[in-house]
Amino acid sequence: MSTVAIRCEGIGKRYRMGERQRYRALRDTLADALRAPFRRLRRAFGNGAAGNVSGPEFLWALKDVSLEIRQGEVLGIIGRNGAGKSTLLKILSRITMPTEGYAEIRGRVGALLEVGTGFHPELTGRENIYLNGAVLGMTRNEINRRFDDIVDFSECGRFLDMPVKHYSSGMYARLAFAVAAHLQTEILLVDEVLAVGDAAFQKKCLGKMGDAAHRGRTVLFVSHNLLAVDSLCTRAICLHQGKVVTEGPPGQVTSRYLKNWIPASTEVIYEDIGSAPGNDLFRLRRASVRPANGSPADPITVRTPFVVEFEYWKLVPHVSLDLGVYVYNEQGIPLFETGWYGEPPAPAGLLRSWFLVPGDLLNNGTHRIELRVCLGGIAEVFRLDNLLVFDIHDASDLQGLYLGAWYGAMRPHLKWTTEQIDLSSGPAGVHI
Amino acid sequence: MDGQTASGTAHTDSAPLTIIRPSERWRTLCLSELWQYRELLYFLTWRDIKVRYKQTLLGVAWAVIQPLFIALTLSVFLGHLAKVPSDGMPYAVFAYTAMVPWQLFAHALTEASNSLVANERLITKVYFPRMVAPMSAVLAGLVDFGIAFFVLVPFLACYRIVPGASVLALPFFALLAALAAFGVGLWLSALNVQYRDVRYTVGFLVQLWFLLTPVAYPSSVVPERWRDWYGLNPMVGVIEGFRWALLRTGAFPVGLLAVSAAMTAAILVSGLYYFQRMEDTFADVI
Repeated sequence: MSTVAIRCEGIGKRYRMGERQRYRALRDTLADALRAPFRRLRRAFGNGAAGNVSGPEFLWALKDVSLEIRQGEVLGIIGRNGAGKSTLLKILSRITMPTEGYAEIRGRVGALLEVGTGFHPELTGRENIYLNGAVLGMTRNEINRRFDDIVDFSECGRFLDMPVKHYSSGMYARLAFAVAAHLQTEILLVDEVLAVGDAAFQKKCLGKMGDAAHRGRTVLFVSHNLLAVDSLCTRAICLHQGKVVTEGPPGQVTSRYLKNWIPASTEVIYEDIGSAPGNDLFRLRRASVRPANGSPADPITVRTPFVVEFEYWKLVPHVSLDLGVYVYNEQGIPLFETGWYGEPPAPAGLLRSWFLVPGDLLNNGTHRIELRVCLGGIAEVFRLDNLLVFDIHDASDLQGLYLGAWYGAMRPHLKWTTEQIDLSSGPAGVHI
Repeated sequence: MDGQTASGTAHTDSAPLTIIRPSERWRTLCLSELWQYRELLYFLTWRDIKVRYKQTLLGVAWAVIQPLFIALTLSVFLGHLAKVPSDGMPYAVFAYTAMVPWQLFAHALTEASNSLVANERLITKVYFPRMVAPMSAVLAGLVDFGIAFFVLVPFLACYRIVPGASVLALPFFALLAALAAFGVGLWLSALNVQYRDVRYTVGFLVQLWFLLTPVAYPSSVVPERWRDWYGLNPMVGVIEGFRWALLRTGAFPVGLLAVSAAMTAAILVSGLYYFQRMEDTFADVI
């Protein structure tokens, strides 16, 4: 049986720029009201700009999305930040209204856009299970019936009557996910909630998601974790700037997504020495980051060594210009600093400096590079923030069964050794 | 009922059908949907009550302490020193019988006005009829009211006042106060999502409203021919009703109550309309 569970036709969502960032103060509205007559006058006298709804003030977070999801399908939704993935889930879960289009959903919808929505720090674990369950749409009877399972799953049984503000963040996340995992609606909308808890718990959560899929429930799963999408989903779509750009088997969609991924600033070029960033000591001509082997367009994965390269004009001879490079990850955590200390002082002219970052060093995610230029090892003469922005992707051959995020900023591939210390002392030989 | 949902009505086969469509300007109040979400209403109310008195030394006693101390202060300064009339009743009784419904109104109004902003996380991450938020705030206020009300009983006994059958009308007056608070709360909570000015206005509004309401003075200070119009402040009707039901001061204030009830209905209906019109934008703007 494969009836349609969700059908969308031409769904679009328009936001006013800044609407999400800032609420209005009354005085803004009053000021608008005062200006309105003048605006109307201007419009009356033929200036067509007013009343333009597609102007720079508006942003289509989603545009023309039409989808049909059959019952029992597990649809993975991938795309870059701001591609409209979360907006789509918010519309389907009725949190926000579409600006245009039409959708039809057959079945009870459970939305997990966040783990622990409605958790109150002052309430105990037990109380929060009920509260969170109700918030997610479970009835009291349903929660009562699943209460023991939830507690078992969360591994927080001993702390059930303690306010959750005293929980560790891991326990908090486990309890919250446990409630969410026991939501048994026909349709489940899941937004990147697996990025919680420790590795073992993440595995368990993914298992639970897989169960949901096997029981014939319809799941929409938004994730940055392409490997999870590959292994859990029966179909995937890729959103780009609010539109569905690819659709098909998850393996195909994810690999195409990786290939087409060209972040805006893996390379910057300034042809004209006059307008290039810099000053009378130094002008940047080109900066790039590319995989050490293969074509510059290939994705960089956690395994790939990559090269960071700068071409620049050194405008003054006989001084030493030092290049300092700072690498940051997505969270803005500085990962390392590296530099070339211009010894011996190079003559003036066009120079190229580069360095190689080995594979198996950095974790996956978006990374930023900042360049600082110093004179004679002392005075900073120039600095470019966010000069290069690039992504390091997960490598599929590394993963094995584990699909969760790797902890930490670095991801070195370290060789482990295990050896037997003593052959005789098995369990029988242990006496304590 | 526009775009929001057709669930609840489409239970013909086991899977409810939901229709999502851009919002329209006019929509009717969807009571069946509110009914579906009654458990959430219950849990949010329960949470508000639980959380309010967690980690407090005196706990629920606060529900009594506040109206009691204000009534006592009023009776010392206004009743005894300034000799404000109290319709022939002991001033303390006179003031406390009014403070109990006033606190219900004031708390419910304040909490309801902040309810959407306070539940921002919920509103941006899950769907529920947004009206559940101010509604649960008012219900939580009713619980406090119940507690404060039970202190009224020994209080009246001290003064040897035994109310008659008119007591049976009290739930109606309490309901009127709750509905008035809910109506104003609908307006202010929806405005609060757009304009955070409301947060600063509420405290001021409640103070002003207190002075406009005959808590510390009898409504008989208002000239006879204006008295019914005084009922345009719904709380005047509520408090006169309370005093009539408990203390049997004067005749039943029919005209004044009718005006108050009509006013409450007007606030409520307009509040429902405004709230529903804005509801779809809450998650985007909050």
